[in-house]
Amino acid sequence: MVNDVTISAQGLVKRFRTKRGTVTAVDGVDLQVSRGEIFGLIGPDGAGKTTMTRVILGLLTRTAGQSGILGYDSMRHTFAIRERVGYIAQQFALPRDMTVMENMRFFADVQGVSEEDQRRRIPDLLEFAGLSRFTDRLAHQLSGGMKKKLALACSLIHEPQVVMLDEPTLGVDPVSRREFWNLLGNLRAEKGLTIFVCTPYMDEAERCNRVGLMYLGRLIACDTPGAVKRMVPGRVLEFTPSDFEQTLRILRNPKGLGLEGVLEVQSYGLMLHVFVDDPARRQPEIEAALVARGITCQGMREIEVRMEEAFISLVRRRREGEWTSTRS
Amino acid sequence: MRKRLKRFGAIVRKEITQLLRDRTTLAIVLIIPFLELFLFAYAVDLTVDHIPTAVADMSLDAQSRAFIDALEISGYFDVTMYLEDEKEVIHAIDEERVRAGVVIPPDFAVQVERGRAQALILLDGSDSFTVQSGYGAASAIAQDRAMKLMVDRVSRMGGNLGALPITSSTQVLYNSNMDDMVFIVPALAGILLQVLAVSLTAVAVVRERELGTIEQLLITPIRPIELMLGKMVPNVFVTAFGMLSVTVLGIFWFGVPFRGDPWLFAWLSLLFLVSGLGLGLLVSTVAQTQKQAQQITMLFMLLSMLLTGFIYPRAPMPPLVKAIGNLIPLTYFVRIVRGIFTKGVGLSFFWSDVVALIVYGSVVMVVSAATFRKRLD
Repeated sequence: MVNDVTISAQGLVKRFRTKRGTVTAVDGVDLQVSRGEIFGLIGPDGAGKTTMTRVILGLLTRTAGQSGILGYDSMRHTFAIRERVGYIAQQFALPRDMTVMENMRFFADVQGVSEEDQRRRIPDLLEFAGLSRFTDRLAHQLSGGMKKKLALACSLIHEPQVVMLDEPTLGVDPVSRREFWNLLGNLRAEKGLTIFVCTPYMDEAERCNRVGLMYLGRLIACDTPGAVKRMVPGRVLEFTPSDFEQTLRILRNPKGLGLEGVLEVQSYGLMLHVFVDDPARRQPEIEAALVARGITCQGMREIEVRMEEAFISLVRRRREGEWTSTRS
Repeated sequence: MRKRLKRFGAIVRKEITQLLRDRTTLAIVLIIPFLELFLFAYAVDLTVDHIPTAVADMSLDAQSRAFIDALEISGYFDVTMYLEDEKEVIHAIDEERVRAGVVIPPDFAVQVERGRAQALILLDGSDSFTVQSGYGAASAIAQDRAMKLMVDRVSRMGGNLGALPITSSTQVLYNSNMDDMVFIVPALAGILLQVLAVSLTAVAVVRERELGTIEQLLITPIRPIELMLGKMVPNVFVTAFGMLSVTVLGIFWFGVPFRGDPWLFAWLSLLFLVSGLGLGLLVSTVAQTQKQAQQITMLFMLLSMLLTGFIYPRAPMPPLVKAIGNLIPLTYFVRIVRGIFTKGVGLSFFWSDVVALIVYGSVVMVVSAATFRKRLD
């Protein structure tokens, strides 16, 4: 293994042949995840996150390019990877008519964990996942959050060096989500695990060391959350206009009103997020321009750019073809 | 190798745990053999006797009386009503009050003396089994009766007919009482074995795919062949149990004779089981859901009942239909099982069927093993 690269992909392509033609789910992705990182792959549904994860794990064949984990090639050394990596599928995929303990023992046995190690590790993992009191409960009777924790515990039974989690908090309540992320944080701190997480939740992306933004099969940005947010030019003003539709029309075509410095507009519920070059200067200008049209603005203030705004902005520019891939 | 065994053991344990936990399926699987056996034994009868019969005796003399008695004594016909004429008899058959009718013309005795008597037997053709039995029985009885009258007449005239020029003596081998159970039980054991093996295996595999659990299994070091074989093991026991219960019950409860070598029977059953399990895997590659898997299995069972010689003889089938039957392993096993069970013959009599089963089992196993991949696509 060279310079601690744990997960890697170069020019990775995955195409599916369907009845209506070929679909390119992963379209030339380059990626490197270092040891001990929490890496978040974010993107909307259908961006290709699950497909890419599966290809890297060797669960799907790849169409072109290279990919591997811990120096093992995804296709050629599939079973070497499977012995060293933990994985949680997107949907709950443990045998649901088996108890918590039976599941733990099953995955321990198929991973070749010795009886002695099992006696030590299983109680530890159940404790860690907060499932010690539920060892005899059938998996399908667990709550959504508990199911995910059981899946995590099972995926850690063979002490993998890498875990890959596909949307692990999908359908999990906010409290359990936070608990789950705390577990991941502890894992990384205590065991130096490399953690690869796919998630559609932007707030979860903020908890990663680095994030990759995936859109239409391409990785459109890959950096620390802070750096990704800085890729967005300008700063953001948030406010609630009295006439949403008209305001949106006006601000999408600011030149027509003689408004300068408006870079981008995003809707956020009933609020608008307006990207401007200089908030202190543009705020009064925008307010004035809207009032002239009989539109009042409530609570206009500058907010910090979050991952969500950054993501939408990057996707939009990608779509409009303005993006130059030289930035990274 | 130790790890491999450990993985295999874990899969077998998982499958058994899941099978035992699925009480409904388990109950059905365990009850089916008994249900089928008792249905065939007590409810389904392939030879029809005691046919309810209406009689219109317009002659009412000793000759007609004797003929009707002969019909009744045979056990095939039960006279349940006496009517006036042919029209009324047909009406009774229309109304399904009887399944057969006997019409004897007014001058029966006179015609008998002249040697030209005719009795009309009417049979309900909407039920082909009744027609078969009734037709055969009635012709035999009439002929027998005619022969007796002939002998009587000759001796009354002072002559001596002596022995008849030709007599046939029929001996039914292996099943001298023509007991349906002797015919059914061995093949029933076979069809049960096949249906259970195919459906259990297909569902066990399709279930993992339908629920998505296959993904979490594939990401472990489990090898495809381990998963495939591990899924079969519990099914071997369940199907063997079904087969054994039908066989034992057939022998000890219904008195079906077992004349052959029990060990040969056991080994060939196992061989047959392999082909059933392999077929189940093949079904699982076609079916996307458990429901589809069950539907395919049902279709397969239907074809097995009709085309394999289980009940209907294969000899009169057209070549294409026969060829379809040849695709079903039960076709070979029915011959084997009847050979061992009923005839008590050995390998040399059905070696070609054994070879066919070996080839069949190997092919389906290899094909289905190839469909068990280490990836999702």
